[in-house]
Amino acid sequence: MAMTIHLDVVSAEQSIFSGLAEFVIAPATMGEVGIYPRHAPLITTIKPGVLRVKMPDADQEQLIYVSGGILEVQPGVITLLADTAIRGQDLDEAKAIEAKKQAEEAIKNKSTKINYAQAQAELSEALAQLQTIERLRKHTH
Amino acid sequence: MAGSKEIRTKIKSVENTRKITKAMEMVAASKMRKAQERMRASRPYAEKIRSVAAHLSHAQAEYKHPFLIKREVVKNIGLIVISSDKGLCGGLNTNMLRLSFNQMKAWESEGKGLQISAIGNKGFGFMTRLGANLKSHVTGLGDTPHMENLIGAIKVMLDAYTKGEIDQLHICYTRFINTMKQEPVMELLLPLSGEKIGSAEGHWDYIYEPEAKSVIDDLMVRYVESLVYNAVAENMASEQSARMVAMKSASDNAKTVIGELKLVYNKARQAAITKEISEIVGGAAAVA
Repeated sequence: MAMTIHLDVVSAEQSIFSGLAEFVIAPATMGEVGIYPRHAPLITTIKPGVLRVKMPDADQEQLIYVSGGILEVQPGVITLLADTAIRGQDLDEAKAIEAKKQAEEAIKNKSTKINYAQAQAELSEALAQLQTIERLRKHTH
Repeated sequence: MAGSKEIRTKIKSVENTRKITKAMEMVAASKMRKAQERMRASRPYAEKIRSVAAHLSHAQAEYKHPFLIKREVVKNIGLIVISSDKGLCGGLNTNMLRLSFNQMKAWESEGKGLQISAIGNKGFGFMTRLGANLKSHVTGLGDTPHMENLIGAIKVMLDAYTKGEIDQLHICYTRFINTMKQEPVMELLLPLSGEKIGSAEGHWDYIYEPEAKSVIDDLMVRYVESLVYNAVAENMASEQSARMVAMKSASDNAKTVIGELKLVYNKARQAAITKEISEIVGGAAAVA
């Protein structure tokens, strides 16, 4: 039996693949890398592309699409920390600007001074309501 | 029979309310299960990325990422507030906002500047009313948190940290303990503390491609993002559980109210009948 290496493909939202592989080809940013078991420790960024996995008892390679991420290789285990979104400096920047703009628009007409007193009043009112409900509940049961 | 019609209408309306709260309870129960699964699904990634980050921070002595460097003087503080988009979930948001509010007040009195990022509608509304220095916000996340929606808001804060506009970044959310218990927590996100990352065993280093610095930069950003994502996923599980519990007690209360109203109604009905009978008997006696 050929030597195998454990492969984990995980993203922040879910675990995508976990199992043994004989050979893995990953789309690294500097070009494709092929990894056999007992590869030297390696860490590299991945660009969007297809991860090809040769499984021990399958003739066909399994294909896993990844939208980028980070690949970590240790002699007995490969971990691919996959992104769930297509990333890029410009794309991230655009998202950040969008989030900023929304916040700016939201506070455009507001005073910049923090009105602690009013907020305190609002919060304590809400809390008092909750406590009342709590007390009422205890009372009736 | 004065008043009996009003009581009947009242009973009807409370019954309708109960139907709604009951339905909301069941919806929340099914969503809660899914939210909990999602919360668990995000854990392997967080663990893996933490172990890689741990190794990198120890293996790479010559390059220390800014996220790992503790700043001596803390002048400005960033805060990410995670709340739910919708209400009707008991004291969930109120408790969380009270915690962040008290902390903000304490910081303010120490003369520290604040920059807020609000994730979720309720916290956003509160912060705008408060007039806080809101730097970014995301609302309308739906039932499934997506990293894609969070990246922008997080990046604004990370950039501010890298540029030195803030010296600390905190996160406030509701931690899911179990279905009955959720707890608001405030955690320090940046600088990443050594103990949180842990220590790596052995002395070996990776081959880096392209180079150590850019790989570490990418990894650190993702690590912080995964922490925020986890907090959001946990907050959503908390939200659904809190809503389920709140709606359950609302349904129970409605049931009690219906019971009481029915009692009043029956008493009124009984009184009316008794009165009628005694009138008939009295009338008959007078005739005879």
